[in-house]
Amino acid sequence: MILISCPNCGPRDETEFHYGGQAHVAYPDDPSALTDEEWGRYLFYRENPKGLFAERWVHSGGCRKWFNAVRDTATYRIAAVYRIGETRSVPSLASGETRPTRPAASDQSLPGGAK
Amino acid sequence: MAEHLTASTLADLNRPAGPALGTSDLRRSPAAHLAPLFAAAEVTGPNSVALREVPFLTMVGLRVAPDSDSADRVEARLGTQLPARCGDVGIGTGCSVLWLGPDEFLVVTTASSAEFTARLVQAIGTEPGSAVDLSANRTTFELTGRAARDVLEKGCPLDLHPRAFAVGSAYVTQLGPVPIILWKTGPETYEIYPRASFADYLGRWLLDAMAEFRALELL
Ligand SMILES: [Zn+2]
Repeated sequence: MILISCPNCGPRDETEFHYGGQAHVAYPDDPSALTDEEWGRYLFYRENPKGLFAERWVHSGGCRKWFNAVRDTATYRIAAVYRIGETRSVPSLASGETRPTRPAASDQSLPGGAK
Repeated sequence: MAEHLTASTLADLNRPAGPALGTSDLRRSPAAHLAPLFAAAEVTGPNSVALREVPFLTMVGLRVAPDSDSADRVEARLGTQLPARCGDVGIGTGCSVLWLGPDEFLVVTTASSAEFTARLVQAIGTEPGSAVDLSANRTTFELTGRAARDVLEKGCPLDLHPRAFAVGSAYVTQLGPVPIILWKTGPETYEIYPRASFADYLGRWLLDAMAEFRALELL
């Protein structure tokens, strides 16, 4: 069980949350202009990095709000959480970037990683 | 187990609706059939714990953006500021306002639901937001006593220690597998709001969790 720190509610058990896949996948400006392959890529193709990954979560067992989290897919440590619409708080991280980045010492968004 | 499907209950349901039978006669709270079991399960002494259902509280689901004009009017009607943070409860005029989310609140009152909801709908006006009578969505269990926290800790993932869970705060959480709102109204008093369809299960879950303290009482 990991703790996930909801931006609204604070740290709660993982079981209160549901996963929403990769964050910051922009909806196409003009979907009808896309080829079938481009549309397929938008719908189905996602990054699958080993390392930090920006992803969406929803606190379905609490405030029922969606938010973004930067999670290390290898260690399950969550480096940052931020609300939908907020800029990500790990500035150098591009979605799917695999360069290992340690969370800043001041980041207290999560008291513990994997237990 | 189906105490609620007794012969007399079925006879009641089959009774033709005459002028003497109003909706208030037909209304039955979701855990009414458990009342005798709740009463029998009460434990006294150093490990005291008691459970009862508080039926038919009025609950209004309120969606409104804080710091909007409509929120100002809603706050004037409620007689309190909308709670701003997770766990906060606003005490208004004859009502309490529980924080469910940044723009979602549950108003609990004993006032008439139709009238109370209508006043909030009017306060929101034509701006974004809603006030919906959700009174039939949930029922209320009241768990009291020195062992009440021990009972809840058997199935609640929240930290219920007084240093983390202050009197007067309320959280959306779970008890066993059941989603609930848990409101600590006194040092040893908790209000539990399960959805009506979970009332029977959660009532029996609580009875089971209370049983060990009954055993201690008999030692
Ligand atoms: Zn939350």
